[in-house]
Amino acid sequence: MAVTTREKNNFALPLTCAAIAATLDSMILKMKFNFNFKIKSIWRSVFMLNFLRRALLLAACAVAAHAQENYFVTYTHQMEEPGNLEVAVRTVNGFPRDGHAFTGSAMEFEYGVKAWWTSEFYLDGQTTTNESTLFTGFRFENRFRPLLREHWINPVLYFEFENINGADKALLEVVGHDVRDDFLGRNDRSEKKREAELKLILSSNFKGWNVAENLIAEKNLAGEPWEFGYAAGVSRPLSLVASANACRLCRENFSLGAELYGGLGTRYRFGLQETSHYLSPIVNFRLPNGPTFKAAPGFGLTSGSHGFLLRFGVSYEFDQIFSKIRSR
Amino acid sequence: MIRRFIFLAIIAVVAVPFLLATAGDGAWLKNIPAKYRVRPNPFAHDPKAVAAGAKLFHQDCANCHGADGMGINQRPNLQSDRIRKATPGELEWLLTNGSMRNGMPSWSRLPEPQRWQIVSYLKDMVKQEK
Repeated sequence: MAVTTREKNNFALPLTCAAIAATLDSMILKMKFNFNFKIKSIWRSVFMLNFLRRALLLAACAVAAHAQENYFVTYTHQMEEPGNLEVAVRTVNGFPRDGHAFTGSAMEFEYGVKAWWTSEFYLDGQTTTNESTLFTGFRFENRFRPLLREHWINPVLYFEFENINGADKALLEVVGHDVRDDFLGRNDRSEKKREAELKLILSSNFKGWNVAENLIAEKNLAGEPWEFGYAAGVSRPLSLVASANACRLCRENFSLGAELYGGLGTRYRFGLQETSHYLSPIVNFRLPNGPTFKAAPGFGLTSGSHGFLLRFGVSYEFDQIFSKIRSR
Repeated sequence: MIRRFIFLAIIAVVAVPFLLATAGDGAWLKNIPAKYRVRPNPFAHDPKAVAAGAKLFHQDCANCHGADGMGINQRPNLQSDRIRKATPGELEWLLTNGSMRNGMPSWSRLPEPQRWQIVSYLKDMVKQEK
């Protein structure tokens, strides 16, 4: 089968997007540091530079495919379509009061094995101002949907293995007694974390709203106790009806939502003491036949939480990737 | 060590049935509850819904079913008698629930009005082919 220019673009553009995102992330963190010396206001620089970054990304990635996840931490019962590969970059910017600003990032490869089975592989990294940029490990996860039809509440079973080190700052979930103080020390890769994580995902779609709840149990296989956490989200597209004309800024391409997540202690100290919790509004923008962008400012709710977290994500889906490769 | 083995065994026991459940039944039409079969399309006879449905079809469905609905890589051909004879309610039920054993995902993430818009387009497409 002949390969069209559009198909070539479909492969090249998202890779360009990912490269640009990674480069801009490191540039932005350096620039933030310089700005802080001059104006002594981290907030202004962060917002200005991240806005610039989003604008550049939008300009760079004007054409491509689609992706579907609504939240950063919370999972829904939406599975990857079989045969599709979604590549996503997620970043979280944190500004601990007594520590150094950091950007944690995760590059995500999500593949739809079956309509009821999705597999994901993550590569984690982080940059901390005045310290270093590090690769911090990998994660491998599988999600299974046991009920093959839509119900009021749709359960999904989630299994993950993580092999990360103590310097990881991706913050893909918050469990146990994860608190801000964990981020104040210097980057330390000596602590190895080989962890298993189980989640029960419950999710519903009703009249255009998505409501999702996740219960999280995580265990360090080195013998530490089980840690628990939760995440919950709600979101809705701005318009439930698609417009008849082709448009990029149609209301149906935007969705708004919010998510709440945090830790619930450990097996021996279950509860809310010394835990961190976040509330985070989310904006999602899906370019038709293109990438999806999302942004979420997160606000810490307890004294152990970061005061403010800023998350960005861009994802792109390669449709029927192996069929296309075979047909070449 | 024993604890770790037990933990991995539990994961394997839970996961294996899902790994084996791959056989397709190809009988989604028979499984639709009666009340869903007779649901009318709220966008019937709305030409804008056909245009919007076409847009959604090309965004979400054409990668498997082809831009003309004829199917790619042995995926189902939508220009078929089965689709032609199916009621709008049956098609909307299929979009909502999918036919996961056969590889058709659920499209419940699309709001219900958009699923009906796709049904409008499908019905218009098979009408034209007839």
